[in-house]
Amino acid sequence: MQQAPVQPSRIKRPPSALYRLLGDRIFFAVILLLALSIVALTLGLGYYLYLGGSQTIQKEGFWGFLTGTTWDPALKLEFGIWPYVVGTLITSMAALFLSVPVALAAAIFAAEYAPRWLAGFINYLVDLMAAVPSVVYGIWGIFVLAPFLRQVLYLPVFLWASENAPWLAPYLGNPSGYGMFTAVVVLSSMIIPFTAALSRDVIQLVPAAQREGAYALGATRWEVMQMVILPYARGGIFAGAMLALGRALGETMAVAMVIGNGNILPYTLFGPASTMPAVIALELKEAVEDLHYSAIIGVGFYLFLIAFIVNAVASYLLHKLKVGEQRA
Amino acid sequence: MRSLQARYARDRLILLVVVIGTILAALPLALVLGYALVNGFSSLNWDFFTKGPKPPGELGGGMAPAIVGTLVITGTGLLIAMPFGIGAGILLAEYPDNRLNPTLRPLSDTLNGMPAILKGLLAYVLVVKTQGSFSGLSGALAMAFIMVPIIAKTTESVLKLVPWHIREAGLALGLPRWRVILSLVLPAARGGVVTGLLLATARAAGEAAPLIFTAFGNTLLTLDLRQPMDALPLRLYAYAISPYEDWHRQAWAAAVVLLGLIVMTSLLARWFTRGRL
Amino acid sequence: MSEFEASANPQTGHTEILTLDPSLKTRLEARRVTVMYGQKAGVKDVDMPIYTHKVTALIGPSGCGKTTFLRALNRMHDLTPSARVTGEVLLDGVNVYAPGVDPVEVRRKIGMVFQKPNPFPTLSIYGNVVAGLRLVGIRKKSLLDEAVERALTQAALWDEVKDRLHAPSMSLSGGQQQRLCIARALAVEPEVLLMDEPTSALDPISTQSIEDLLTELKNHVTIVIVTHNMQQAGRVSDFTGFFLNGDLVEFGPTNLLFTTPKDKRTEAYITGRFG
Ligand SMILES: Nc1ncnc2c1ncn2[C@@H]1O[C@H](COP(=O)(O)OP(=O)(O)OP(=O)(O)O)[C@@H](O)[C@H]1O
Ligand SMILES: [Mg+2]
Repeated sequence: MQQAPVQPSRIKRPPSALYRLLGDRIFFAVILLLALSIVALTLGLGYYLYLGGSQTIQKEGFWGFLTGTTWDPALKLEFGIWPYVVGTLITSMAALFLSVPVALAAAIFAAEYAPRWLAGFINYLVDLMAAVPSVVYGIWGIFVLAPFLRQVLYLPVFLWASENAPWLAPYLGNPSGYGMFTAVVVLSSMIIPFTAALSRDVIQLVPAAQREGAYALGATRWEVMQMVILPYARGGIFAGAMLALGRALGETMAVAMVIGNGNILPYTLFGPASTMPAVIALELKEAVEDLHYSAIIGVGFYLFLIAFIVNAVASYLLHKLKVGEQRA
Repeated sequence: MRSLQARYARDRLILLVVVIGTILAALPLALVLGYALVNGFSSLNWDFFTKGPKPPGELGGGMAPAIVGTLVITGTGLLIAMPFGIGAGILLAEYPDNRLNPTLRPLSDTLNGMPAILKGLLAYVLVVKTQGSFSGLSGALAMAFIMVPIIAKTTESVLKLVPWHIREAGLALGLPRWRVILSLVLPAARGGVVTGLLLATARAAGEAAPLIFTAFGNTLLTLDLRQPMDALPLRLYAYAISPYEDWHRQAWAAAVVLLGLIVMTSLLARWFTRGRL
Repeated sequence: MSEFEASANPQTGHTEILTLDPSLKTRLEARRVTVMYGQKAGVKDVDMPIYTHKVTALIGPSGCGKTTFLRALNRMHDLTPSARVTGEVLLDGVNVYAPGVDPVEVRRKIGMVFQKPNPFPTLSIYGNVVAGLRLVGIRKKSLLDEAVERALTQAALWDEVKDRLHAPSMSLSGGQQQRLCIARALAVEPEVLLMDEPTSALDPISTQSIEDLLTELKNHVTIVIVTHNMQQAGRVSDFTGFFLNGDLVEFGPTNLLFTTPKDKRTEAYITGRFG
């Protein structure tokens, strides 16, 4: 019988200390550097926006630039961003106000009432809603929503007011269809999924023993919601709303497409308005004067400050509550 | 005392409110999808995919440069963002005791929530301003800024799903930690990591705002990243606000193509995870 | 008498017991109750009477289906998507699973204390006790205060918490939380009380007071208690059912079941030879 030749071992020698220790150190150093890009990016965002805007910010002063109400890049080269700040805050807050009850209802329905297949379908829709690009909402806003709202809402209200309540007219504004209220409706549609997804997640985190405790006392479904689920999920719902607010503040295209882009205060309900992201998107590539260019980047810097605060609060809450870990 | 009947009446009333709310929540999506499909599909034709834009006012033409541009810009952006995002995800998941993590995680979430237009503005300041011209590369960089925190987050969460004993088994074999991560943990989480990359790409591909003043747009087909480049959302926006009927038609077609891309990536992402995550 | 015959069952010796003591009334009765978790049976074909104003103990090794059976009595399985209940549970002759019967009303009459304490974390001690009363719209402070003191005293917790009624419920120890849950269940004054190992987390002194409570309570409440403690079953219960692998092996008056068990397996269990 012939003996099979022994295969020479393919491992030449045990891995050297160099391979182990140095390998681990080098790897960790590389990973750390890559991860630090996130820190660099966040700091860089604030730093470069400030730098880019510093010329105008210094000319107008930190508060003067913020609270100035004239934005005139053509003649006087005077820059105050208050109309944009007001437009951003009003549209975002109003959109949040409209969307939160609806989003919460969808979350409650999916988590507590719907049969499993329907809940799965709703969850898929919510994810899809978050993925639809801003410009797609925008084109729908321009060609479908704005003419529709003008026909069924703005014109009738405007005509009624001019007959019966002329004092209302200055608050209503020009009912062209493109203006603040249309932007709020589009914006609130867009931010529904952010509140809905997180609220659903926290509602599902409520332990079964809690629900059973309430049911065993003879509570109806709504009473169980009221007694244990909503109090328990409160923090997560609030965090979801903050996240949605953050999105609304930075939302650009859809708003720019329907808001009418007028920067004359005071704004009216139906009339044109503008927001900080919209003015950046519309004016930056046309800026010729240094001061104008710097003013636009300055708007970006103030938007950065606002969005940073809102998002930091949301992520702090989420971290504390350990929800939304899976969501991108 | 409150009668059971009254309590049930309230319960049913709430159910009604909740159902109406759910319908209201789903309504915008249904309308947007419905109109995009109806208006867009009828406008899709061969020219749309193969031809470039015609001068303003002329009929016909298509969005070939925009489609190619979107693929090039987001593809390049993904290549740039991938190592940073995955690296950050590895740090967060595999080195849980690292002192940087309690800062890094919320910072990453915060960055993720920052307006996309600001990330475009950063790319503008860093590239367009210094180079003196709009370029596909600056657009890709803006896309990368959007993708990094998304990739970091998904990578972290899928790595955390890999059971800890796999790492221990590797370490027990005498493998160094970096080998365990690269050869055992990452391959085990491959599907999830790819899903994260897809989700990040889909999110970025739909953005128009950061591209307006970086990639800028271009009616000619180009693969040169130093040139201004077109992108689908950008062209959609330009056509939608134009005064021309025919361009409106093409804008709707672009909306359908964009939605198709997004649905496709989300299905692909589902397929890659298949019940995990 | 026909009503008794209808519910007579040779396996459980129901008729036999009734002949023994004709003054007994059946409050709750399980008929061929089966609970399926998917393909797996939690309990199979259980027939058992629960007599009015008596304490019925359920014993048996871990995993034999005691909790499963108990939850079938007040329709708690409605909330577990994977669980399906067949058979009937008659409350005063009415099947609680019949269409048109309202589970909320059933649970109102049949209260429950869970195996693990589950106070509502967002409510205070006081808030937990009155949670059930507030549901039915009782708002008057004096009424609520009274109910809180009575329920907490019954649950042997009053002395420990009377000075911090508005502290969060999670600030209590595990055993105190369990007594809080007992108080919460008692506050709504249920007619039947289901208790799933209520004393497993308690020290001997609190256990003693809960056992005293049962003896006092059974004058106006019907009690079903799951316990792993054979001495406890012997001390507090009038009837005992022994479960094994999802089957009710034997049911009878506690003193008879413990002294002269009919089934070999019962004998083996109560003498400690397995389980
Ligand atoms: N939700 C569920 N899904 C599937 N199987 C379950 C579920 N709950 C219980 N079971 C199974 O049903 C059987 C009976 O469980 P049950 O909780 O009734 O036991 P038990 O007698 O109360 O035990 P213990 O004394 O440990 O509390 C067990 O085998 C258990 O694994
Ligand atoms: Mg049990």
